[in-house]
Amino acid sequence: MGKRVLLIEDEPNIIEAISFILSRDGWTVHTHEDGVTAMEKVASMPPDMIILDVMLPGRSGFDILRDLRSQEISKDIPIMMLTARGQDKDRELALRLGATHFMTKPFSNGEVRDHVRNMIGA
Amino acid sequence: MRQAAVAEAAGISASYLNLIEHNRRRIAGKLLSDLARILGVDPSLLTEGADSDLLDQMRSAATFTGDMVEIARTEELAARYPGWSQLIAMQARRLSVLEERVRALQDRMTHDPQLADALHDVISAVTSIRSSASILVGQEELDADWQSRFHQNIHADSVRLAASSEALITYLEVPSMEQDVGTSPSEQVERQLGKTAYHLAPLEDPSADLARFVTASGLKGAALQLYERVAKQYQADVAAIPLADFEPLCIASQYDPFTIADHFDVSLDTVLRRLASLPSDGQHPPMGLMICDNSGTALFAKPVPGFTLPRSGGACPLWPIFGAFSRPAQPIRQEVLVPDAAASRFLCHAIALPVGTSRFDATPVLHSTALIMPDPPQAAADPIEVGVSCRICPRSACQSRREPAIEGVTNQSVL
Repeated sequence: MGKRVLLIEDEPNIIEAISFILSRDGWTVHTHEDGVTAMEKVASMPPDMIILDVMLPGRSGFDILRDLRSQEISKDIPIMMLTARGQDKDRELALRLGATHFMTKPFSNGEVRDHVRNMIGA
Repeated sequence: MRQAAVAEAAGISASYLNLIEHNRRRIAGKLLSDLARILGVDPSLLTEGADSDLLDQMRSAATFTGDMVEIARTEELAARYPGWSQLIAMQARRLSVLEERVRALQDRMTHDPQLADALHDVISAVTSIRSSASILVGQEELDADWQSRFHQNIHADSVRLAASSEALITYLEVPSMEQDVGTSPSEQVERQLGKTAYHLAPLEDPSADLARFVTASGLKGAALQLYERVAKQYQADVAAIPLADFEPLCIASQYDPFTIADHFDVSLDTVLRRLASLPSDGQHPPMGLMICDNSGTALFAKPVPGFTLPRSGGACPLWPIFGAFSRPAQPIRQEVLVPDAAASRFLCHAIALPVGTSRFDATPVLHSTALIMPDPPQAAADPIEVGVSCRICPRSACQSRREPAIEGVTNQSVL
């Protein structure tokens, strides 16, 4: 069983595409769509890596990122932020709050796959 | 040619020449032809004159360009080339309107949640289509089920993308420019009010139909809303101070706002607004009015000759309208001296009052209302010296100066 990637994203077709790509690459992909309960999901089953969308229903990805970095259980988990807003200030905010990588939509499948490989090892 | 030399050659005093220059004395006959001969211009130029609003607008326009403009020769330019001068003033106004528009659009692009959501929707659909399509054309073989799913996803996302794009285009569509080319909503309202010299005669009747009056203006959009607000306030002021009782008291009290406020038992700002709305039938002296909030932004402006404050920012902070903010609810009566060639005097009454309900520990929003009366009959012993804005103010030693004046402003030349 491959390492676990938790994808926190609310767009069903993006979830399906990323899940497919990463599963084919050998990762076990878990998904979660709701921002409010994202922390509970992480606590119940800490993944090896998190892909976190910024704009989620109920709660901003930035707020979730801040919480993840403040919890012992998740403070060292590699986190890749996904956002449709590619402004510099968002990138700076994500990195300042502790994101490991920041990726702007639309991205290529190869980019996602390569970054996941780099972040948790092939 | 200096003012004193022109006056001497024409056989008049320098102060009388000042009045002529500022359109306060009309000239004709021999004096007109003498002055035209001395100055080497056509007599018609002197009779037409350039109104002080135009000169103020030209001087304001000069602030856009740094030090390259011979601002001391503004009046000469206006007299010799009135058409070009109108063009300069008009373009400066248009530039201000366009700057406002750009700022508003910039705010909209940056902060509008509806726009952010629409763009997010478009980018999400594009992301999904790109990923799904990329999987379909990839090297790896897909079974029929997966192929079907990604095809369906692409179809669903393309439909969604089309709808989102259409909504986005509709949202970003530039509104019709026909109604407001070259003017902001505030300027449209002021132009409408200016048609009747800010006296809204139909609303002096307490039973006037406000909605019909507002609609009849022909204004649209934001200008219509602003006009409705002004008209509502006007109607409320009429109810507090009916014209029939107001006019005789104005004359009897020599337009003293405090006497009038006591008589009608109303707040001073109501009286100031009412004074500025008196009929311009020659019975009453001209009076300007300005209302601004505590950011210094003008909310309402009725001009009088010689008095122009920038609409937003850059104004001289010494005017009583701004001084009133440091003493909320305390009326100010102050005479001011403007540093133009005529050294115009204005009597100002100002008061800043809170707007809406005060809240604990919240910064109050104040509106300062100032009535500006030109040439008060009795000169104050110690008027305060004010300007319009630093760039066109010659008071080099002023402690309130924010930036240097444009070269040429410090010495006022005449004609």
